[in-house]
Amino acid sequence: MMRTLQNIFYLSLLLLGLLAPWLGVYPVYLMTLYCYAIFACAFNLMLGFSGMLSFGHAAYFGFSSYVTAWLMTQQGWSVTTAILAGMLSACALGLVIGFVAIRRSGIYFAMITMALSQLVYFVCLQAPFTGGENGLQGVPRGGLGSWISFQNDLTLYYFVFAILVAVFLFIQRVVHSPFGQVLKAIRENETRASSLGYYADTHKLLVFVLSATLAGLAGSLKCIVLGFATLSDVLQSTSGEVILMTMLGGAGTFFGPMLGAGIIVTLQDMLSDRVGSWVTVIIGTIFVLCVMAFRRGIVGEVLHLLEKKKGH
Amino acid sequence: MSSDLFGIPIQVILGQLLLGLLNGGFYALLSLGLAVIFGLLGVVNFAHGAFYMLGAYATWMLLDFLGLNYWAALVLSPLLVGLLGVILERLFLQHLYKVNPLYGLLLTFGLALIAEGVLREMFGASGQTYPVPELLQGALDVGFMILPIYRVFVIVMCLSVCFITWYLIEKTTLGSTLRAATENAPLVQAFGINVPKIVMLTYGAGVGLAAFAGVLSAPIIQVSPLMGSSLVIVVFAVVVIGGMGSILGAILSGLSLGVIEGFTKVIYPEASNIVVFVIMAIVLCWRPSGLFGKE
Repeated sequence: MMRTLQNIFYLSLLLLGLLAPWLGVYPVYLMTLYCYAIFACAFNLMLGFSGMLSFGHAAYFGFSSYVTAWLMTQQGWSVTTAILAGMLSACALGLVIGFVAIRRSGIYFAMITMALSQLVYFVCLQAPFTGGENGLQGVPRGGLGSWISFQNDLTLYYFVFAILVAVFLFIQRVVHSPFGQVLKAIRENETRASSLGYYADTHKLLVFVLSATLAGLAGSLKCIVLGFATLSDVLQSTSGEVILMTMLGGAGTFFGPMLGAGIIVTLQDMLSDRVGSWVTVIIGTIFVLCVMAFRRGIVGEVLHLLEKKKGH
Repeated sequence: MSSDLFGIPIQVILGQLLLGLLNGGFYALLSLGLAVIFGLLGVVNFAHGAFYMLGAYATWMLLDFLGLNYWAALVLSPLLVGLLGVILERLFLQHLYKVNPLYGLLLTFGLALIAEGVLREMFGASGQTYPVPELLQGALDVGFMILPIYRVFVIVMCLSVCFITWYLIEKTTLGSTLRAATENAPLVQAFGINVPKIVMLTYGAGVGLAAFAGVLSAPIIQVSPLMGSSLVIVVFAVVVIGGMGSILGAILSGLSLGVIEGFTKVIYPEASNIVVFVIMAIVLCWRPSGLFGKE
C-alpha cells in the first residue's frame, strides 16, 4: 500500500518535471532549483543517512564550480569534461578534508569542516585563477558533442533534469546497498558497528568523498546554468543554506532535501528583491523554527504521522 | 635603529608582534567564553560572533543615541548583551540540552543570522567608526618602537579578564560548583544547588565576555554587522586546537595563534588568513583531542 503510493508519487513528480517547462515555469529558475536539490541530496547522504553534520559543504560546491568555469573559459574544455573535472576536484578536496575531519565526530566534526571550508574560501579569494571578488564570468554553456547545443534553455533543462533523476536513483541505490546499511549502523552506534568488524573510519571517509563529489556536480551544473562562478558559492552562508534545505525538508528522507531546496530557492527568488536583508532574518527564523518545533522536517513529520496512523 | 632579523626590519616584526598579541587577546577572550559555555551547557555557541558584534554595536549606539561614553559602555554593553543571552537561553537553548548537541549549534547559527540581518537592515552593511576614548589616545615612544596606547590597553584588558575568569573558575567556591555541575549536574542539583539557574547565568556570562571583546574592538575596527561571522570560525579553529574543555588551553592557544598569525603576515602575507586553519589540520592529525584536551 505504502509502496504503491510512493511509486505513484514519484511517477507524478517525474511527469511534472518533464512537463514543467511547458507549463510556463521559467526554466532557469527550475534548473537553479535542481542544482540545489542535487546539492541538498548529496548533503543528506551524510547528515541524514550517516549522521554526520558537515558545516562546510559550500567548499566542494563552490570549488568545483570554479574549476569548471576556469576550464571552460580559459582552457576551452567541453561541458561534460569540465563538469567531470569539477567533480574530480571536489572528490580530491573531499578526500583531504574528510581525512582530517573524521578524526573527530559530532560537534567537533562540524566545527572542523567549517574551519577547513573557510580555508578553501580564502584560497578561492586569493588564488590567481578565480578572479578574486569578481569571480569567473561568461562561462559558455556549450553542448553535447556538436549536435546538441545547450544555448537553448529547454535542452539544458532536460540535461539538468536527467542528472537530477540519476542522482536521486543513485542515492537511493547507495542507501539501500550493504554499504548504506553499514553507514546506518555506524550512525546508530559506532562502537558496536566497529566491534562487529566494520571499519567505521573507512566507511565515513567514503561517504564523505561521495557526498563531496556529488556536491561538486551540483556546483559545476549551477555554474553552467547561470554562466558564472562566484565567491558566494564558497561562502559559509551557502554551507548553512544546504543544511537548512535538508533539515527543513527532512534529513534522512529521500524527497525531503529536494522539497527543502525547492522552498528555500523559491523563497529567496521571491523575496530578495523586495525585502533586502530581511531574507537573512527569515532564513534564520526558519532555522530556529526547525530546531525548536519540527526536527524531523516536513517530509519526516508527514511520514511520522502516516506511520502513527498505521500503528493504530 | 636599523637592525633586522632575516632581512626584515625589527620594527616591522615588533609591530606585527603587537598586532598578533592584540588579535590573540581577542581570540583568547572569545574562545574562553566559548569553552565556558560548552563546558556547562554542551552547546557550541555559533552566535558567539554575533554577540561580539552586538557588543560593539551596543557601544556605538550608547554613544550615538544616549551620549554615554566608552567607559560606561565597557560596563553596560556586556551587561545588556548578557541579559539578551539569558533571555535567549530561557526561550530556546534550555529546551535543547537533552537532544543531540548539533541542534544547539544549528539554533545559535539561526540566531546569529537573525541578529546580522536585523542590524544590516537597521544600519546598513557598511561600518560605523567609533572614536578612541580621549584618555587612551596617542602613542608611547619606548625607544625601540612606538606603542599606540589604546592597543596596549586592549591587550592588558584581554589578558586580565582572561586571568580573572580563569581564577574564578579554577580557584573559587563558585568555580568549583560550576565545575562540579559540568561533571555531574543531577548530583549537584541533589545537593540543593539550583543548576538551571547556574546554567542560565553561565550562558549570560559567556555571552557577556564576547560582548566585552566587542566593546574593546569598537575603536579599532569598523563596527559592522558581519564583523563577527568570520571571526567566529577562526575562534572555532582555535578551540579545536586548544581542546574544547580546557579554560587555560583556550587562553594559551588563543594568544599564541594570534602571535603566529602576526608573524605569518611578516614572512608570507598571503598565508596569514589560513595559517590558523592549517595549524588546526596538523594538530588534528597529530593529536585529535587538541593540545590541551583530555580524552
